[in-house]
Amino acid sequence: MTGTAALAGFVSALRSADVSVSPAEAIDAAGALAVVGYTDKGLVKSALRPALCKSTEDGAVFDRLFELYFSRAAFSSTGDAAPGEADGAPAEGDLLALVNSGDEAALATALERAGEAARVKDIRFSTQTAFYAQKMLKALGVEAMEADLLEALQARTPEGEARAKEIIDARRAVLKRAREYTERQYEVFGSGRTQTFREEILAGKSIGALDRADYARMRPLVEKMAKRLSAKYGRRRKMKTGALDVRRTVRANAGLGGVPFNVHWKKRARDRAKLVVLCDVSGSVAQYVRFLLLLLHCLGETVEDLRAFAFSGHLGEITDDLNTDGFEGAVEQILRRYGMGSTDYGQALQGLEANHSSAIDRQTSFIVLGDGRSNYGDPCTDIFSRLAARAKQTIWLCPEPPALWGSGDSEMPSYRPYCDVVANVSSLTDLERALDRILARYGVA
Amino acid sequence: MSDHPPAAYETLSSPTAIGEGLAGVGYISTPDISMALFLAAKLRKPVLIEGPAGVGKTDLARSLASFLGLPLCRLQCYEGLDEAKALYEWKYGKQLLYTQLLKERLDEVLGDGDFDALTGQLSRFEDVFFSENFLAPRPLLTALQQSDGAVLLIDEIDKSDEAFEAFLLEILSEFQVTIPELGTLSAQVPPLVILTSNAARDLGDALKRRCLHLFIGFPDLEREQKIVRARVPGIEDALLKRLVAFVQAVRGEDLRKYPSISESVDWAQALVLLHAEALGEDLVRSTLNVLLKHQSDIDALDPKIPALVRAAANGSNS
Repeated sequence: MTGTAALAGFVSALRSADVSVSPAEAIDAAGALAVVGYTDKGLVKSALRPALCKSTEDGAVFDRLFELYFSRAAFSSTGDAAPGEADGAPAEGDLLALVNSGDEAALATALERAGEAARVKDIRFSTQTAFYAQKMLKALGVEAMEADLLEALQARTPEGEARAKEIIDARRAVLKRAREYTERQYEVFGSGRTQTFREEILAGKSIGALDRADYARMRPLVEKMAKRLSAKYGRRRKMKTGALDVRRTVRANAGLGGVPFNVHWKKRARDRAKLVVLCDVSGSVAQYVRFLLLLLHCLGETVEDLRAFAFSGHLGEITDDLNTDGFEGAVEQILRRYGMGSTDYGQALQGLEANHSSAIDRQTSFIVLGDGRSNYGDPCTDIFSRLAARAKQTIWLCPEPPALWGSGDSEMPSYRPYCDVVANVSSLTDLERALDRILARYGVA
Repeated sequence: MSDHPPAAYETLSSPTAIGEGLAGVGYISTPDISMALFLAAKLRKPVLIEGPAGVGKTDLARSLASFLGLPLCRLQCYEGLDEAKALYEWKYGKQLLYTQLLKERLDEVLGDGDFDALTGQLSRFEDVFFSENFLAPRPLLTALQQSDGAVLLIDEIDKSDEAFEAFLLEILSEFQVTIPELGTLSAQVPPLVILTSNAARDLGDALKRRCLHLFIGFPDLEREQKIVRARVPGIEDALLKRLVAFVQAVRGEDLRKYPSISESVDWAQALVLLHAEALGEDLVRSTLNVLLKHQSDIDALDPKIPALVRAAANGSNS
């Protein structure tokens, strides 16, 4: 394998692990290698690192993959030009001789070549290692060896027995090596892809159907989403627009005879989102609340002001609980504290208007997360309409599909006219999309 | 852009040479740092340095400049930074002052004539007012104008706006700027560009792609000892070892902000000023505010001080 091919393989390994490496960066890496040479592994690593990995998170992946990828002697075989090729390739004909020769380098080269032939790089799941190992054995010419084995067994002589045993041992040894090889390849090329695949599935899965084991895996996913949203909406505050602020300029220069020495420019202020979140924490909706709150929590600075209220029966403010460090514990506690009563939207809205009405102003997005099932109590739509009229926008996130809105005790149709958006959120992806829309309203004012 | 690098850049012939050169001006490098600078010089790419505050990101640029004997052009980024403050600005005040002075004599200068002739006269003056006389170069332009090359430090790029980041892309890849009134000015010798970031926000992919990336983290025990020794020459060896061991142990605790190299150096300086000979509990307690910058951190560490001091003493003796 040449140095460039080794580099290309390494780049594709990085990409499969979700490190985005652009062609331009790969060219830089090749340039860096050309400058430092291929002889010293440490040098190669420190030369590739600045060219290929551009963040600290990527750094960890880079380190792991570098060790895995270049551990399989890609460099030694480059160095002495593949001994297998040099001495007439015993690998081609006689696998047994190759194994017995004890020539590690030749065996490694043969495995490498068989791996190429069997396209082990395409491996995606750890369960495929056995399959690819078998394919590699085939590429190594194990069939000829098995024919020999059959012959030796049929001979029924002590020499035949001995030879059969020898062949079986050799086959086992090769299989072991092939499995090790595919496992390592899986680590290099497959595990990242499996991770991405799993995350895609999780993000699209209905939140109600998630089990506890998924929560731990959801956390990094939610953080990734929050990061994406923050990158899109965070920190874009003041910008000079280039237009002259005539009023301020004239005023500032009145003392200078009207000659505009001090010039003032118009400034734009981008306001950050202020959110008031009203969460129904009763049974079925509770899981959705967990993820909405987690997502909002992870948004951090992007959201200037977040006030959250939880209710099933009576209403309580949970903003302070969320700002503590142990977020997971806080959510559990909130669910336990407020999740017991029977759901009453009317009572919750009354509580919100009576005690916290100042929370909502015209900069605020008023977000309600709930299924709108109010146990046939008074929905208090008049209060809801007053609150909604005061907010910048009112969004209702409902975990139930639209077909069920209005069935039984669902009050969704009565609240719906006062909302700017009523969205059905069933998966994390839905949540992300809804928040994207909410934050987009906070454009340049 | 000439193909032959100027003499000053020739010094950057190998990572080892860079490491030694930096050590000569008091900066203790690591193989990774030297390699990144080496590649930056060879591939003519900017280096983006990330890492916690106070680990010597800015200092690296300063040391590099003094090692190469090149001027350092420093651009401190902040929110709202724009082209006028980073690249160039017309000396508006001077232009205005000149026009005010000339106003009285306008008739004399322009003379009589029909409208066309007057406009012709006036346009002659335009070129006078938009010449290099009235151009105030800011760090970016200054760096491009250096005939022997320069070290351009764009500090805390994460504090600037995204718009400014996008604006930088052209300069970083082409090393030229276009001033509408004067035309395109390209660098005679492309400067060595170093960008630093404290990761206050994620930088755009476009910028990252154009840069080599270098992460500088907290140093290991040995390197920190070397750094403190280089920066605080008067310190006793025994005290130095204990101090560094203590700081390293503090970084293992759960704190809001970890002490960085600059804080260890400050602390070492403070201890030298106090003529301290050993690292005692009371001494640590009374000077801890040099090392930790949050009261909550100081409070959290207080009960652990005896154990940490003992560990530092044992660790440095063995």
